[in-house]
Amino acid sequence: MLNKIYDWVDERLDITPIWRDIADHEVPEHVNPAHHFSAFVYCFGGLTFFVTVIQILSGMFLTMYYVPDVENAWKSVYYLQNEVAFGEIVRGMHHWGASLVIVMMFLHTLRVFFTGSYKKPRELNWIVGVLIFCVMLGLGFTGYLLPWDMKALFATKVGLEIAGSVPFLGDLIKILLAGDAEIIGAQTLTRFFAIHVFFLPAALFALLAAHFIMIRKQGISGPL
Amino acid sequence: MQRGKGMKFVGDSRIKANNRMVNQPKDYSEYPGKTEAFWPDFLLKEWMVGAVFLIGYLLLTVAHPSPLEGPADPTNASYIPLPDWYFLFLYQLLKYTYASGPYNIIGAIVVPGLAIGALILMPFLDKGPERRPSKRPIPTALMILAVAAMFYLTWESVVNHDWEAAKAQGAITDKHLGLLPDVEIDETAPGYEIYQAQASCVGCHGGDLAGAGGPMLLGNELTAEEVAEVIQNGRGGMPAGAFQGTDEELQQLAEFIAGLKEAE
Repeated sequence: MLNKIYDWVDERLDITPIWRDIADHEVPEHVNPAHHFSAFVYCFGGLTFFVTVIQILSGMFLTMYYVPDVENAWKSVYYLQNEVAFGEIVRGMHHWGASLVIVMMFLHTLRVFFTGSYKKPRELNWIVGVLIFCVMLGLGFTGYLLPWDMKALFATKVGLEIAGSVPFLGDLIKILLAGDAEIIGAQTLTRFFAIHVFFLPAALFALLAAHFIMIRKQGISGPL
Repeated sequence: MQRGKGMKFVGDSRIKANNRMVNQPKDYSEYPGKTEAFWPDFLLKEWMVGAVFLIGYLLLTVAHPSPLEGPADPTNASYIPLPDWYFLFLYQLLKYTYASGPYNIIGAIVVPGLAIGALILMPFLDKGPERRPSKRPIPTALMILAVAAMFYLTWESVVNHDWEAAKAQGAITDKHLGLLPDVEIDETAPGYEIYQAQASCVGCHGGDLAGAGGPMLLGNELTAEEVAEVIQNGRGGMPAGAFQGTDEELQQLAEFIAGLKEAE
C-alpha cells in the first residue's frame, strides 16, 4: 500500500533522486568517529543542528503558554514553570539548549577554523556560517527578555544602550528594537517576541538551508 | 525523460535535459579509506553521539531548573544588571578604562565589529592553500589569542560579580505571587501620610508598603520602639538618618508601621 502511494507520487514528481542523494552519498573515513575517535570534532556541527531542532520544538510548545504582554508574561512563565505538567522540563530544555547551541556552534567554528576548511571553494559557506552565528546570538539576546523578570529587563536595558551607541544609526536601531527611544516596556516585549519567534527563525531557516545545500554540493573538506 | 522511473507528462513542453546525470553522489575516491554511505551506516553513528549528548543535556535540565527572577520592575534603581553568560566577555570589556566612558565606542562597537568583520572575511584574509594550523601561524595565533581573551574576560566578569547579592536582588517574593500578608492599611492614619511623604521610605519599601528594593513592611514583627530605632539608626542595607521630620512625626510613623500586623 505504502509502496503503491510512493510509486504514484514518484511517477509524477520523480522524488527518488532527491532522497537517494541524501541517503547514498559517501561519508569519508576521516570524519567518522567509529574509525578515528578524534573525528568527534566533526560532530559539533551536527550536534548544533540537533540542539537547534530541540530549540524549535521546545519553543513551539512554550508559545502554547507564553503571553507576550507586560502584565502577563512573567505570570505565564511562572505558571508554565510551576504548574504545567513537564513545563519545567520544556522550559529547562529551551533554557539550557540556548547555551548549548552557543557552545556547540563555538566549537564547530573552531573546528572549521583550525582544519582550514573555510578555504577555497568553501568561502561562501563560511560566510553563511558566521551569519548563522550572528542570528543565534540575536536569538539569545531577544529570548533573554521574554520571561520579563528582573535580570531580563536590566540585561536588555544594557544591551539596548550598547546598540544605541552605534554611530549615526544608534538611535534608529534602538527605536526599531525597543519601539521607543527611552522606554523599555510593552512595545519592547512584543517586538522582541516577534523578532525571536518570527523574524530570526525565518532568517535562520534560510541560512541553514543554504549551509546544508552547500555542504552537499561541495562535500566535506578532505583530511589534513 | 531518462530520470527516475521514467516520467511521462501529458503535453510535456519541457526541453529534454542534456545527458548529464543529476544528483550523482560525489565520489570520495580521492580520499582512500573506509568511506561509507550516509544512510544508514554513518547516520547510526551520529545518532549514537547524539544520544550520549542528549543524556548530558537532559541531566543538566533535570539537575538545574531554569532560573526565574521576580517580575520586571523598571522603577528599581538598585538592580545590578548582568547579561547571559555568553555575552559576559563583551560586558566585561566595557569596564576597562579605554573601552568605556568617553571611549565607550571602542568597547561597544569597534572591537566587536572588528572581530566579527575579521571572522566573516577570514577566507579572503587567509588565502593561502595551506590548511594545517602549524603551516599558517598568523591566523592560528590570532584565533588562539582571541579565544584566550574571551575566556579571560568571561572569567574576570564572573569572579568580579557578587553572585550572592545578585541572587537576593532578583528573588521572587510573596508580593509577586499575590500572597501579601492579610494586613489592613489605615490610609487615614497620620503615620500613613508621613510615610508617603518620605521619598526615602517609599523608594525602598514601596508605595504599597510591600517592598521594592528593600523589604516588605506589611506583617513585620517589630514594636513601635524598635521601628523608631531602625528608622533612626538604620539596619542592614538601610542607611541611618534618612528620615526627615520631627520626633513627633517619627513616633507617629513608627506606630503606624508597627501596626501593620497580620490579622489573627
